[in-house]
Amino acid sequence: MTIYLFYFLSFIAIISALLVVVSKNPVNSVLFLIMTFFAIAGHYVLLNAQFLAAVHVIVYAGAIMVLFLYVIMMMNFNKEAEPSKTTLSQFIAVIAGGILLITLVGAVRVFDVRFATTDNVHTAIGTVENLGKVLFSKFLFPFEISSLLFLTAMVGVVLLGKKNTY
Amino acid sequence: MIKLIGLVPILPLIGFLITGLFGRKLSKGITSIIACGSVLASFLISLAVFFEIKSSGEHAVTVNLFEWISSGKLHVSFSFLVDPLSSLFLLIITGVGFLIHVYSVGYMHNDEGFSRFFAYLNLFVFFMLLLVLGSNYLLMYVGWEGVGLCSYLLIGFWYKNTSYNNAAKKAFIMNRVGDLVFVLGIILIFVTFGSINYTEVFGLAKFHGTEPVITAITLLLFVGAVGKSAQLPLYTWLPDAMAGPTPVSALIHAATMVTAGIYMIARSNILYTLSPFTMSIVALVGVITSLFAAAIGLFQNDIKKVLAYSTVSQLGLMFLALGVGAYVTGVFHVMTHAFFKALLFLGAGSVIHAMSGEQDIRNMGGLKKYLPVTYWTFLLAALAISGVFPFAGFFSKDEILAKAFEHNKLLWFLGSIASAMTAFYMFRLLYLTFFGSFRGTKEQEHHVHESPKSMTIPLMVLAVLSVTGGFVGLPAVSGMPHLLEGFLEPVFADSDMKMFPSHISHETEITLMLTALSIAVIMIFLAYNFYIKQKKIPVAEGVEINPAQKVVYNKFYLDEFYNALVTKPLNRLSDIFYRFMELRFIDAIVNAIGELVKQSSKIVRLIQTGSIEFYLLMMVLSIALILFVK
Amino acid sequence: MNTLQHIPINLYILLSAVLFSIGVFGVLLRRNAIIIFMCVELMLNAVNLLLVAFSTYLSDAEGQVFVFFIMAVAAAEVAVGLAILTMIYRNTGSVDIEVLNKLKN
Repeated sequence: MTIYLFYFLSFIAIISALLVVVSKNPVNSVLFLIMTFFAIAGHYVLLNAQFLAAVHVIVYAGAIMVLFLYVIMMMNFNKEAEPSKTTLSQFIAVIAGGILLITLVGAVRVFDVRFATTDNVHTAIGTVENLGKVLFSKFLFPFEISSLLFLTAMVGVVLLGKKNTY
Repeated sequence: MIKLIGLVPILPLIGFLITGLFGRKLSKGITSIIACGSVLASFLISLAVFFEIKSSGEHAVTVNLFEWISSGKLHVSFSFLVDPLSSLFLLIITGVGFLIHVYSVGYMHNDEGFSRFFAYLNLFVFFMLLLVLGSNYLLMYVGWEGVGLCSYLLIGFWYKNTSYNNAAKKAFIMNRVGDLVFVLGIILIFVTFGSINYTEVFGLAKFHGTEPVITAITLLLFVGAVGKSAQLPLYTWLPDAMAGPTPVSALIHAATMVTAGIYMIARSNILYTLSPFTMSIVALVGVITSLFAAAIGLFQNDIKKVLAYSTVSQLGLMFLALGVGAYVTGVFHVMTHAFFKALLFLGAGSVIHAMSGEQDIRNMGGLKKYLPVTYWTFLLAALAISGVFPFAGFFSKDEILAKAFEHNKLLWFLGSIASAMTAFYMFRLLYLTFFGSFRGTKEQEHHVHESPKSMTIPLMVLAVLSVTGGFVGLPAVSGMPHLLEGFLEPVFADSDMKMFPSHISHETEITLMLTALSIAVIMIFLAYNFYIKQKKIPVAEGVEINPAQKVVYNKFYLDEFYNALVTKPLNRLSDIFYRFMELRFIDAIVNAIGELVKQSSKIVRLIQTGSIEFYLLMMVLSIALILFVK
Repeated sequence: MNTLQHIPINLYILLSAVLFSIGVFGVLLRRNAIIIFMCVELMLNAVNLLLVAFSTYLSDAEGQVFVFFIMAVAAAEVAVGLAILTMIYRNTGSVDIEVLNKLKN
């Protein structure tokens, strides 16, 4: 049963990711990207990472993509102005992406990753309680530093967004 | 107290750092207190160490500060060797050094480079202490180079004067010749013995016989000593070095630095004892230099130049002592010479100070009544250097001549002539400067004054030392113990075992003493007859003199000879190299490389399109390539 | 749960590789800076997915903590990046990366 669920979610993720890349309208791209994110969130649930799935939806789908939408709305693109590349460079892009994909897949094949995944796997690692314990013990310092990062980002954004600052 | 030995060199270094870095901000009083205080503290510690060594009976203590170089077979530690020899040198350096520091406070008080002067002086003391304290040849070499540097800085102290700068350069370059050979000697020691630590090298050397390699080592080291201690043929820098301030001449070019060569040979005594050939070379070079310099000294008219040649001559006598295997005597003369020669220089400095910078003795005379303290101390020093009983020089010089007599009568004869000339030119200097009538300008006469207390007190202290310094080495005939020999005995024990002791009888010794004494007295009277009775005054420049005198007056034309033999060909050679090698080859290669880069970048920069997507594409392809290759 | 018995890790690695490559492909294909930005987000998510998968298979929570941090950094990056894009748009009237070839001069 779960393997079908996996294939279904993977299918949605890949198709909508492709649509993000190829759609002409940036708004459509954003919507497809949100769909991809939801599929990935589904994968997280499959992998017993429920807390991360929730955070993922809130941060990416809820915050980041809304930000993207706002920016696109503010810029007010029209379809005609949408820049597109020449056929040649599109072809080159496809080739380059394909080469990278083949190399990655080939690498996975060569190394043949296998893990002893049997009984002793405990499924509770993705819970809020467990993650919180790790986050606030071993990763306390990076956690605090990340708050500093946010502060810096906030100051930077405000500075950049101000008019006539330069 | 020996544990504190590390402080002895470090204190002057701290003094150097403070006066050197903050000298401009500090008042002259504070600068002089720091500079003199650090050397005084070093002196007190040295004194304590000296007495500890003397009473404890320990022959040598090595104080290891830290591991310095450790590479393959070579292990060099930054450690100090405290033994009778180094503790004696510590006392000379810090003691005389302190007195000269105090003197400089008075001598330099009007100079704008006051703090710079003391910074250099402290740095010099630091390097000199490092030189004598180091427990291996490399550390000695560090000090050796360091004192050379300070000597350069201090000779060229008044850097606005071109001829002073040239003198500084000359000293530095001539020292370099010796230093290079010295380094070769150290390398040969390492190759031969697998170590450069004194204890290890000398421990191994004891079991060697007379071998060519040891002769080679000792010859190389000796050339180093020739450079630093101003012997023939590398002595010409020392008279020129008198361009520096007079206290510098006293400290560096009379009392301490120039005796580094003697220290080095005394330190390596076992190696020299194993090589009789080198010993005879040392003795020969020493005695010839002594004669040569004394002869030049007879006709010099610059008060400091006379003293400079006298120093070269006395250093020659020290090498003579070392060359005949009388290491203790050599060190003994270093000590007494440090006292009376420092005193002579400081006295000369006092005269120059009084004469407002005048150095020519033809323009002096009759200064006795103006400068009583300077006169009396100068007289004592002159008596000491001339070897008049019972002043310090008598004992040490007499011992050298006695040892030379044991060894070879010819060496004794030549040494005695040099010694006789010493007595003559010293009293010539004394009579011309302090007796007769004043020959300077009216303005100078009006200005003549006795020096301040800070200058006269060191003079008096040194005078006391010059009078009494000889009593630590009484001759065997007196029946009293030779204190210095007993003290230094452990350092030279191995050498003494290798040499055949040959003692001359007491009668011969007394005869030699009386001969030396009577020669000195005769010379003094000869000088008296010449310059007081007949009132002769050296002729002015440009007046015709007989050819022999002219040759000596012009220092045997040695400077001109070197100029023609080394400097001019070197200049011409470098000119050729500049024209052909530099312009045709090196420049061409450099330009070709530049042109190559220019041309290739003209092609390569076409890739730099400035288009982001092109960069991105290249990045992705490269990543794929890296992954693929991996 | 029995997910782990049913889905081999290789499938997750493949899925991540495909998503990542699509992201790269998009970056190369499009000239609109905002779309390129979104593709970068896609690549980040592919990596996140891989981290979570490995974290579960190895029963190690640290992988998920890393994802947490990556999300934090991504949020900050998007905020700053979009602000920069807005400024570019305000100044040049376009978000075409072909216009941004000032590096050459």
